[in-house]
Amino acid sequence: MKEISDLTFSEDVKYTKDHEWAKLSDGIATIGLSDYAQDQLGEIVFVELPEVGDSFSKGDEFGSVESVKAVSEIYLPISGEVVEINEDLEDAPEQVNEDCYKGGWIIKIKPSDLSEMDALMDKAAYLDMLKG
Amino acid sequence: MRYLPHTQEDIDQMLAKTGHSSLDELFTIIPDELKTKKTLDLPEALSEWDLDTHMESLASENIACKEYKCFIGAGSYDHYIPAIVPYLVSRSEFATAYTPYQPEVSQGTLQGIYEFQTMIAQLLGMDISTASHYDCGTALAECVLIALRKSKKANKIAVSSLVHPSHRQVVETYLRPSGFEIVEIPRTKEGLTDAAALEAMEGIAGVAIQSPNFFGNIEDLGAFKTIADAKKIVFITSFTESLAYGLLKNPGSFGADLVAGEGQSLGIAKAFGGPGLGLLAGNKKMMRNLPGRFIGRTKDANGDDGYVLTLATREQHIRREKASSNICSNNGLNAMTAAMYLATVGKIGIREIAQQNHDKAVYLKYALEKAGFESVSDSPFFNEFVLKAPKGFSSKRADLIRNQCVFAGIDLEPYYSDLKDHYLFCATEKVSKKDIDQLAKEVTNE
Amino acid sequence: MNKQPGTKGLIFNEPQLWDKSREGRCAISLPRADVEQAPMDPRFLGDAPDLPQLSELDVVRHYTRLSQWNFGVDSGMYPLGSCTMKYNPKTNEVQAARQGFAGAHPLVGDEFSQGALKLMYDLEQHLGEITGFPAVTLQPAAGAHGELTGMLMIHAYHAKKGKQRSKIIIPDTAHGTNPASASLCGYDSVNVKSGEKGILEPATVAALMDEDTAGIMITNPNTLGLFEENIKEICEIVHAKGGLVYGDGANMNAIMGVVKPGDLGIDVLHLNLHKTFSTPHGGGGPGSGPVGVVEGLIPFLPVPRIEKGLSTYKFVTDSPDTIGRMHTFYGHFGVMVKAYSYILSMGGEGLRKASQLAVLNANYIKESLRDVLNLAYDRPCMHECVFNDKLQKENHVTTMDMAKRLLDYGFHPPTVYFPLVVEAAFMVEPTETESKEDIDQFIDAVKAIAKEALENPEELKKAPLLTKVTRLDEVAAARKPCLRG
Repeated sequence: MKEISDLTFSEDVKYTKDHEWAKLSDGIATIGLSDYAQDQLGEIVFVELPEVGDSFSKGDEFGSVESVKAVSEIYLPISGEVVEINEDLEDAPEQVNEDCYKGGWIIKIKPSDLSEMDALMDKAAYLDMLKG
Repeated sequence: MRYLPHTQEDIDQMLAKTGHSSLDELFTIIPDELKTKKTLDLPEALSEWDLDTHMESLASENIACKEYKCFIGAGSYDHYIPAIVPYLVSRSEFATAYTPYQPEVSQGTLQGIYEFQTMIAQLLGMDISTASHYDCGTALAECVLIALRKSKKANKIAVSSLVHPSHRQVVETYLRPSGFEIVEIPRTKEGLTDAAALEAMEGIAGVAIQSPNFFGNIEDLGAFKTIADAKKIVFITSFTESLAYGLLKNPGSFGADLVAGEGQSLGIAKAFGGPGLGLLAGNKKMMRNLPGRFIGRTKDANGDDGYVLTLATREQHIRREKASSNICSNNGLNAMTAAMYLATVGKIGIREIAQQNHDKAVYLKYALEKAGFESVSDSPFFNEFVLKAPKGFSSKRADLIRNQCVFAGIDLEPYYSDLKDHYLFCATEKVSKKDIDQLAKEVTNE
Repeated sequence: MNKQPGTKGLIFNEPQLWDKSREGRCAISLPRADVEQAPMDPRFLGDAPDLPQLSELDVVRHYTRLSQWNFGVDSGMYPLGSCTMKYNPKTNEVQAARQGFAGAHPLVGDEFSQGALKLMYDLEQHLGEITGFPAVTLQPAAGAHGELTGMLMIHAYHAKKGKQRSKIIIPDTAHGTNPASASLCGYDSVNVKSGEKGILEPATVAALMDEDTAGIMITNPNTLGLFEENIKEICEIVHAKGGLVYGDGANMNAIMGVVKPGDLGIDVLHLNLHKTFSTPHGGGGPGSGPVGVVEGLIPFLPVPRIEKGLSTYKFVTDSPDTIGRMHTFYGHFGVMVKAYSYILSMGGEGLRKASQLAVLNANYIKESLRDVLNLAYDRPCMHECVFNDKLQKENHVTTMDMAKRLLDYGFHPPTVYFPLVVEAAFMVEPTETESKEDIDQFIDAVKAIAKEALENPEELKKAPLLTKVTRLDEVAAARKPCLRG
């Protein structure tokens, strides 16, 4: 596992304490896992995705990520309805390891309460949390 | 004692290293009041020779110690076991190995069970099979739980009343704490599951049909598949006689989602009911829902082919309280036995043996009907069937066991209270025409 | 230094069965067909399954070669912590193979099965005596199955009392089957941390125990190989609030004839016949998981039960509060015969000696390796001891690397990465059937590997080198599962 200084943290996204990220664009929020999360999990073998149309509240478990030796639940940073899932992950779950902020995106949601974005951390705050 | 290699010299040297003055001192960490003060009240240790005598004597109190003719089944079947199967499976490297968690030194077990998974999937016409379970009853309970958990709304499962009564009881036991409900599907006069009754059911998550069913009758699985699809529920089938699929259309060809089965017929001794072999197969989309162990094929660091336990993240040792099942052991050595049996019989052998089972059962039914037994159904059957016995059969049956070691039918009344004087008969490749004729003669109603 | 057992040798490649198949071959002797062939209803007649077609020698060579790729207890020392890989006596196999036992049909009737019934009844009595419980069921087919049985009984007990509870306390050292079994009964697992000494502290249990907790699941000795010294007090705390204590008896090999779990306040306990009682592991089973209970739980035992009359035995199913059936028939009888033979061969004194020597062997290893590997808990251990890779970390050598290198030396590795409370655990359980010489060889091998970790870690990380295959790509196996040919 890498040192924090060797990991990448995108400027464009906001982070949760459970190491998910959310990026708002044209009213749709894309959700994924941070570089720290994928590094901790190791090589990912399977991503369990919800179905389009499923609705969740902030903090709900919406799926899981499996490595060879562990499973981790993933939690929704802000409330909303699933409008798209990354079907590429079915054949290439390793995208979450290799390109966690772009190609490794997990789901896209229509947020039900945009103000929830304010409670998420920016890159600096997330880094502080990891180092602290 | 020959299993304990330590000489007094060994013990003294080892205690010197650990810093204790006696073996008892090793246990000083245990509070005195918790220790047992008396020696265990067990029989005095037997030599190997006295053990042989004692066990021979015990075994002789089971009628199976004599040469017998078996016309009973009901979940435990009397089949020929070729000499090479027990010979090969008794090899120490198979028998005394642990679960293959260190794959580099377990390739024998791993390839063997991978081949087992493959042949079971072929036998049942399904995409994948697990590495095995305890028995059909517990495998069926696992299938039922999968169906119930998959459904977001329904909390009931429909189970045919012609699923083996003991399997239904095991499912009930597993379901009791969960609040899920079992709805029994009644049977028709023809000894088949009542499809119309299933059609009328609402709020069920899945349906379980055994075929051949407990009465030996072959169910119309295609019709049940149609109903299951219309209701959008999980279609589970089960079976107790694996050899049936040497002759019959397999559950996969009828679109079963999950199949639970008993593999004891595949080279495994009856052994008073256990250990048998639970089989569990599913289609591809069920892969990550299936409980238990899976062996997968992969490559090693040098690019050579090899096998490993895989998809372990579903299992209890990783998932812990979120695991879909608590199962740890499978019935490993029995799965190896079944694989060896399937490799031995092969495509030609299994067809021939299954055909003979069918032929003998048809002949037995015919012979018993001529002897005065009453037919109760015209449904096609495989190696088991139900007949209504003439008066006086019950005492004749007991005499036959006691005096001739012939096991002639199982009384169905304890299982189905409306079936007084009905008996479940079985004929496998092991009974000869002569045995059948002899039985018919004995039970002929004068 | 003695020559290590692991060496090179010629073994054979062997393809998959279907790659050897040739149309027309058949390895079984077809029985003589003496009745007319009967047609099968065409609605149900299927094609013959596409199984491989082999000659008898094809099959024999196939499995003989496969067996040579395996390591069993009969091959060498197999010190898997919490698995109790003791020697499997061959006379047990002879007893189980007796025609009267192996050929017995389960439904032939009690009158004609007296040998089996008597054996099972006596085995229940003996296991009850060893563990200190008045009643035992032999029905569960494995340890995890026994755990489920026990938890179902606890659930039934609370249901009968009129107030079901929602939680079970489970220590952080517990085997994964514990919370999984509790979950199957609808209980939420409440995690309790072990103390600094590696055992449970009464205060932490008391803080969690309440009237909504059905009970606690305890393994004793625990998975760190340590005796839960506070167990009596903990049982009292749980009982005081109306809860029950489930005992995981997987580690019974440490205390036979020394401590009876029934005397400690445990209400229900499972055993693993394939661990403590010498029945073979079979590459993953079949096992057997009998369960012992206190008087108050007897009504909930699975049916059928065995009753002894004046001189005969019978199955009894009339039991209004039973949890029901756990197995199609009576459990794994074939395994019971072997455990029964073992108990008769050892006797009470022999079983006690076995436990004493198992504990001696583990302590001897602990003392011999304490400066070579990091000892997780520097305390007296029972039948197993736990190390980890802390001392090797600076060379980037892990528990996994050392385990794989042990294979080259001719030893099966110990249990690794369990229990979870120790990071990178390396848990050694030698059992009593290993001799001092074999244990000394094992100790020498670990010392040599530790030396390699210092002097040549890069080479060490390539291990294993002498096995038929080397480290396998488990990631690929999980990403693109190939579960059949």
